[in-house]
Amino acid sequence: MTTNPATEPAPASARRAKLTASGVDVFYGPKHAIKKVSIDIAEREVVAFIGPSGCGKSTFLRCLNRMNDTIAACRVTGDIRLDRDDIYAPDVDVVQLRARVGMVFQKPNPFPKSIYDNVAYGPRIHGLAGSKSELDGIVEHALKGAALWKEVADRLDSPGTGLSGGQQQRLCIARAIAVSPEVILMDEPCSALDPIATAHVEELIDELRARYTIVIVTHNMQQAARVSQRTAFFHLGELVEENDTSVIFTNPRDERTQGYITGRYG
Amino acid sequence: MASHIVKSYDEQLRKLNDTLVRMGGVVESQISAAMQALTRRDPDLALATVAGDARVDELERQVDEQVVTLLALRQPMASDLRLVVGSLRIASDLERMADYAKNVAKRSVALSQMTPVSIAATLPRMGRVAQEMVKDVLDAYVARDVDKAVAVWNRDEELDALHASLFRELVTHMMEDARNITPATHLLFIAKNLERIGDHATNVAEAIHFQVVGRMLSDARPKGGEASVAVVVPGATAGDA
Amino acid sequence: MTDASLAASPHTSPANASANANSVHMTDAARARLRRRYAADRRFRRVGLAAVLFGVSALGFLLFTILSNGFTAFRQTELRLDIVFSRDIIATDGKTDSRAIRAADWARLVRESLQAKFPDARDRRGSRLVEALVSPGAQGQLMDMVLADPSLIGQTRTVWVLAASDIDMIVKGHADRGVAEEARRVNDRQLAWMDALQKDGALRLAFNTRFLTGADSRYPELVGIWGGILGSLYTLAITLALAFPLGVMAAIYLEEFAPKNRFTDLIEVNINNLAAVPSIVFGLLGLAVFLNAFGMPRSAPLVGGCVLALMSLPIIIIAARAALRAVPPSIREAALGLGASRLQMVLHHVLPLAMPGILTGTILSMAHALGETAPLLMIGMVAFIVDIPSGPLDAATVLPVQIFMWADSPERGFVEKTSAAILVLLIFLLGMNAVAIWLRKRFERRW
Repeated sequence: MTTNPATEPAPASARRAKLTASGVDVFYGPKHAIKKVSIDIAEREVVAFIGPSGCGKSTFLRCLNRMNDTIAACRVTGDIRLDRDDIYAPDVDVVQLRARVGMVFQKPNPFPKSIYDNVAYGPRIHGLAGSKSELDGIVEHALKGAALWKEVADRLDSPGTGLSGGQQQRLCIARAIAVSPEVILMDEPCSALDPIATAHVEELIDELRARYTIVIVTHNMQQAARVSQRTAFFHLGELVEENDTSVIFTNPRDERTQGYITGRYG
Repeated sequence: MASHIVKSYDEQLRKLNDTLVRMGGVVESQISAAMQALTRRDPDLALATVAGDARVDELERQVDEQVVTLLALRQPMASDLRLVVGSLRIASDLERMADYAKNVAKRSVALSQMTPVSIAATLPRMGRVAQEMVKDVLDAYVARDVDKAVAVWNRDEELDALHASLFRELVTHMMEDARNITPATHLLFIAKNLERIGDHATNVAEAIHFQVVGRMLSDARPKGGEASVAVVVPGATAGDA
Repeated sequence: MTDASLAASPHTSPANASANANSVHMTDAARARLRRRYAADRRFRRVGLAAVLFGVSALGFLLFTILSNGFTAFRQTELRLDIVFSRDIIATDGKTDSRAIRAADWARLVRESLQAKFPDARDRRGSRLVEALVSPGAQGQLMDMVLADPSLIGQTRTVWVLAASDIDMIVKGHADRGVAEEARRVNDRQLAWMDALQKDGALRLAFNTRFLTGADSRYPELVGIWGGILGSLYTLAITLALAFPLGVMAAIYLEEFAPKNRFTDLIEVNINNLAAVPSIVFGLLGLAVFLNAFGMPRSAPLVGGCVLALMSLPIIIIAARAALRAVPPSIREAALGLGASRLQMVLHHVLPLAMPGILTGTILSMAHALGETAPLLMIGMVAFIVDIPSGPLDAATVLPVQIFMWADSPERGFVEKTSAAILVLLIFLLGMNAVAIWLRKRFERRW
């Protein structure tokens, strides 16, 4: 495929796939949590996973950076590829994978350390900075990238837990991008935030799209509609429908999607 | 389709639908009253029709209000969104139809004070077709019947063709006798109004199609005879006749 | 509301026939229920308050008894005597080297100094009685004086010497001088001498430095608690050094790394059971393993520390696991999500957050170990040890054992020493708890 960088961004379907899942099944002990999910996630776009609670969208998201490995009873089969490399191959280093595929969680969870240390933690453990000044640069860049620099520049030594909820979540995003990931997974990043803080985070997601591939799980359909280019609807462990966000929210193909997004579910 | 989890949402949508159906009914009767006033040369009925337009405007205002409320409070999605947005469009189309009916009624008042022009049955026929289209499209709306809506949409061709032929007929009348010019001009406008009513009926059909199917009717609208581009040359008409 | 519906409502009285009289919460029955609920509330509060008051008064009584019995132990009666360091007694054969000084008849020196003051005590019985006024410790005191300065030999010095415990008891009022002579340990002659000394101003209550710096003795006036304190410190140091790292590491492994299977379940059950095993069993284990199998020294704080470490381990493991489990999973996820390894996650994030909890549990188990006697009895730490231990390998005893031994002694003088030792133990415990609180605050501030 040849693309001319000067031209307009290609339509979603034409972009190069960053993450490819095919025939993914997830089992929690005897429970079949994800059933034969296949999806392509294109580079530098925001894909939203929506669906009722317990539909498996978060579970599937956690398969993408192998966070499910931490749960003993969880078993993943199928094929998930990041840039054509099987991330569940035996020789894949989970630590390295998680550096490439960062994650932001539902509840803002800054470490009980200073703002600086929060952002610097990832680069430190991965040895990304050779010197203190280089690390300072990474921290500043990440905080600027997370649209938080102006608010915290003069108090980098104060604890990250002292920030407001929205700032904490942006700090978590800064922490994630400080490691220079290629993909950022967001598990309901705004569910604990007020609408203004949510708007800040959504604006940030929109900006981050230029550099990162973003997968976001959300309960808030309006949010999925606002921030994503593609939307995938999960129901009872199945990927029911995946399409351009505008299509999903105006004219979904599947009856179940229709029922869910119009509030007729159940 | 299953009902919403929030029952009052269903209730609001039902109310919007009711208002729109009622508005459709009023518009339908306005058009038929205007046509009756025209054919029977009944100025009282015509004036009553003109006065009746206020009701349509009021109903349209109600629909607007309900749509804005729904959009603000319920943030409708997918089929609900299409229903709400479609309702707004349909209401506006219906209001335009009622305006044309009012215009027809107004002109019929003027016409009733002039000597009747002997015109063929084309105008009443046009009125009938327009009324049928309006009726069918409203039926299609109530029944969410896409096929019927598409049929109405296709029928506009017939109305356009009738309009073109009536145009030629009236121009010929005017050329034959200069005294006919005033009533014939009124009749021309009336014909144009009926043609516009048909156009709005096709708009409603499109809106119904969008509401139900989720896609716009993509083919080009059928056009039968273009009165606006028709050229009627005095000599040629005489030769044709 | 209509009249008909008013009449139809059985709970409505005319008094509350207001706009909301139809509410089921405004009827008389409802008000009665409300009153009963409040009454139950008040009853519960009163019972709780009574329980707390009972506990507080019991504690107050205990503290009062211990304090009133024990605080006198910090002062000791002394007698002022003119001591003649007679060359005849100290340097019988003219030698004044330390060996000769040690071999001297110091009891005679003391006796003769007393008889010089009380000439009526020169008979056999009297000389024994007058000697009993002074503690045997006085001999050592005088000997030490001469050893430090041999030029004293042949001179006379006024010296404050320790009184015997029986005299001390009379002075402090613990022994009643009003009872019949034959029921007293101090007879009338001795009392007369004592009063004479008192009249001369030759009897005083001085601060008992020896109690804070000395070790055990057969004579109540000579005992000290420092040996017990040091023994406890050495023992606890060994216990902490063994149990804390082992316990925390075991807890981290079990909580963060171990697979969840039958084997780890079994281990968990066993740890919980071990925490409930009577401590004497650990003493037997220590006797069998450390003393008999490994041949480690008897009565040594090293062995005591090992035994108490075994005893504290399950408690520390349980406390540490609970503290680790209390760390929010979001912190673990955050660390793992950034690509930290499991060990990095634990060491950088989980352990610092769990530290206050772990420390609290550890200090509590240390306090528990500090008060433990039974297992130490089994490994010989109940021995009578008059020397202050100089290291964890020396024979030593610990505070609770010391208390136990003194409480077991028949002499009246040991009663106040027992209470004083309990006071010292309590202060020790308070100090440890203060350290625990300080540590917790320090770690918490870093969050």
